[in-house]
Parts: sequence; C-alpha cells; structure tokens
Amino acid sequence: MRVNVTVNGEQRQADDVWEGESLLFVLRERLGLPGSKNACEQGECGSCTVYLDDVPVCACLVAAGQVQDREVRTVEGLADGDALDPVQEAFVEAGAVQCGFCTPGLVVAAHDLLDRVPKPSDPEIREALAGNLCRCTGYEKILDAVRLAASRR
Amino acid sequence: MDFLRPETLAEALELKASRPDAVPIAGGTDVMVELNYDHRRPSALLDLTRVPELQQWSDGLRIGAGVPYVRIIDELGAALPGLAMASRTVGSPQIRNRGTVGGNLGAASPAGDTHPVLLASDAVIEVASVRGTRMIPAAEFYLGVKRNALEPDELIVAVHLTPAKGPQQFSKVGTRNAMVIAVCSFAISLFPRENRVGAAVGSAAPTPRRAHEAEQFLASALDFTSPKPLLDSVKREFGELVSRAASPIDDVRGSAAYRKHALAVMARRTLGWAWQELLDGERACA
Repeated sequence: MRVNVTVNGEQRQADDVWEGESLLFVLRERLGLPGSKNACEQGECGSCTVYLDDVPVCACLVAAGQVQDREVRTVEGLADGDALDPVQEAFVEAGAVQCGFCTPGLVVAAHDLLDRVPKPSDPEIREALAGNLCRCTGYEKILDAVRLAASRR
Repeated sequence: MDFLRPETLAEALELKASRPDAVPIAGGTDVMVELNYDHRRPSALLDLTRVPELQQWSDGLRIGAGVPYVRIIDELGAALPGLAMASRTVGSPQIRNRGTVGGNLGAASPAGDTHPVLLASDAVIEVASVRGTRMIPAAEFYLGVKRNALEPDELIVAVHLTPAKGPQQFSKVGTRNAMVIAVCSFAISLFPRENRVGAAVGSAAPTPRRAHEAEQFLASALDFTSPKPLLDSVKREFGELVSRAASPIDDVRGSAAYRKHALAVMARRTLGWAWQELLDGERACA
C-alpha cells in the first residue's frame, strides 16, 4: 500500500508498504530517516520514540497505515538546520551520550517533557524518561542534561 | 494482508461483519508486538484510530474504547480514581499515550492492569456489531486466558462506569514502576451508601476475577454509617479471603505462593488506605 504522511514538516510518500509494517520501519528503511533506533520492537526500550501528531509514541508500535495523513516528527526534525535543539545541546554538554543508541529516543522524550513541564522536578524527569532504556550511562548524566536544558529555558 | 481504515463506527462494524478475521488495532501496543515478532499474521488489520465515536468519553460515564490511558489519567482521575491509578501503572509515557482500555479488554490478558478495577467498580462493557449492541458486565466478560465474551463480528465500543461513590484503590506488584507486567494486582472499591465493597484480583488466575467472599465478609464487617478505625483482625481476614480467591500459577514473573502472599498484603494495605480516606472524609464533613 501507499502511505502519505507529513514527516518533519515535509510531505512524504512511501510505496509498497506492507500492511503489517511499523512506522519505525517506514521511517528507517523507506524514508531514509535512521535517527529513530530499532532495538526491542515491543515498546520496551523507547529508542524509536517519535512525535505522532505532537504526542510521543514508540514508532515500532504504530502500524504504517495508521499514520496516513498524519504528522510525524522524528529526532531529525528537532534541530533547526545546523543549530541543535537546546535539549540536544544539553545532551552533548552534559556528556549524556555513550554508545548513543538510546539517545534519539531520550532526546525526543526529554523534548516533550520540557514542552509540557518547563521546570520539571527530578521525579517528573524520571517518570517522563521511564520508558527509555540506557545500558551505558547509568542515567545520571542524562538527568543532568535534562536539568541543564530546563535551566536554559 | 489488508489494512482497513473505517472512519465511522457504522463503517467499522460493517467491515468487522464482512471480515470477522480482521484484527482490530488502536494503540497497537499489543497487536504490533505480535506482528513485529511474527507471532501473528492476520489477513487484515482494522484500524480504529479514525473512528471518532471511540475516542470520546461522556458524563455518566461512558468511556470510548479508544480513549488512551493518558486521557483517563488527566481527565478522569477525580471521577474514577481507581481506573486512573491502574492506568498510571501501564507501561511508560509512550505506551500510555497510545494504549487504551478497549485494547486491555480486547487482549483480555489475565495480567491486564485495568481489569481488577473494572471488576471492583461494576464496569459494563458495551460491544457492538451490525446485529446490535450488547452490554456485558465486566464479571461476565473474561472467559479464559486471553479469551473474552466478544463474538467474531463484534467490536468493543465503550466501557460504562459510574463516578466513584467512595474511596477506590489499586495496587500492583512488579520489579519496577515502569514497563512491568503485573506479577499480581488488586483493586478495591468502597460503596459506603450501599454498604457494599468491590474487590478483584489480577494476574493471579486464568482470568481477572472478583473476590466474592472477601467482598461479602468486608461488607458485613465494616460499619459505613459511623466508620471507626479498622481492626487488624478485619484487615487480616480480608487479606486471607482475597488470597483464597486467587488460583495463581508459578511462572517467570513469580511463584504461586508469592502471588498468594502478595495479594493478601495488597488487600490489607489498600483496604487501610481506602478506609482512611473514608475516615478523613467523615472528619472533614463533621
């Protein structure tokens, strides 16, 4: 089937999409957007987190056909040209990245949190990131990054 | 595989009637896992996310099957504290943004987080087909492990609940707060004006189930008209009866013995919290 979807503000079209395919597969394999990562394919790890109509979701759990005529914003769509989003900037500065595999999902989840809650408490940060697994950092630097991004808003 | 995309409930029911093998999908948090892992290859997916009738709730309360957990938490927490508590324990923010009570009911997993609350709060499940609408009490909805009372041509349309008439509590045991399938869970609803108690266990039997004896014992042991602090013996007996209502198995998440023990503990604690809320309410009114 054909899927028409707005991705990062641009009208995109994917052809020959299998009906049981996930949004994550469409993004990575058909639209050339490998920022969203494929790890667990069951919504456990959060590394494929994207915005669907402004709501963060696991792209692996959205059927491709469900995004027809909807809007998706991926981690690639957060930066403004070469200027990183403040959340991305904070991840770099705080050293919140080790292997980097979980980073795109965490960046989107943190971006959404700060949009909703500009000055989050630590429990709010932990709760907002509870669906994103990181096996490298131990999370402390990630929490630092979110606090840093919040402090600059 | 076909991807069916109805835009009205009538259209969805027509499609389900002509394609009873089509698997309904809303938030996708269960269905997509099965597809991604090749555990299921249905001949068609029936996407319900564009059916406006399923995305709304109305006073009374009738909650559309497609209302995601995040909206139940944000919009219905005051009217349905038990359901909101259970919804908060579902998955992660990403999962709660997509997952629905309708999906919980459709999957009918014994471990589904909202089932004990629906049972303890006398929820009624509205299901529909082109043949008409059926109202199924939650207690008659769960038939077996991942089996519910739905006919092949029916869709889950809504859940009917009355706004809480008294304190409600929910408790769930898992290895962490987020992203856990319940080892076991428990819900209690007090109905002070009716001298009645609802209590139900999750993930501790082939289906979620009510703890009838525990409910009856508590209704007779509690004095709703002039509530006094709870006796330990009442809490203990209640916990014991709740535990006895369960018939859990040993599995990767926990042993049957642990589940039985944990249920008794959760029953005692949630009763304590609910009763304290009632006492505090009485004091505030006095």
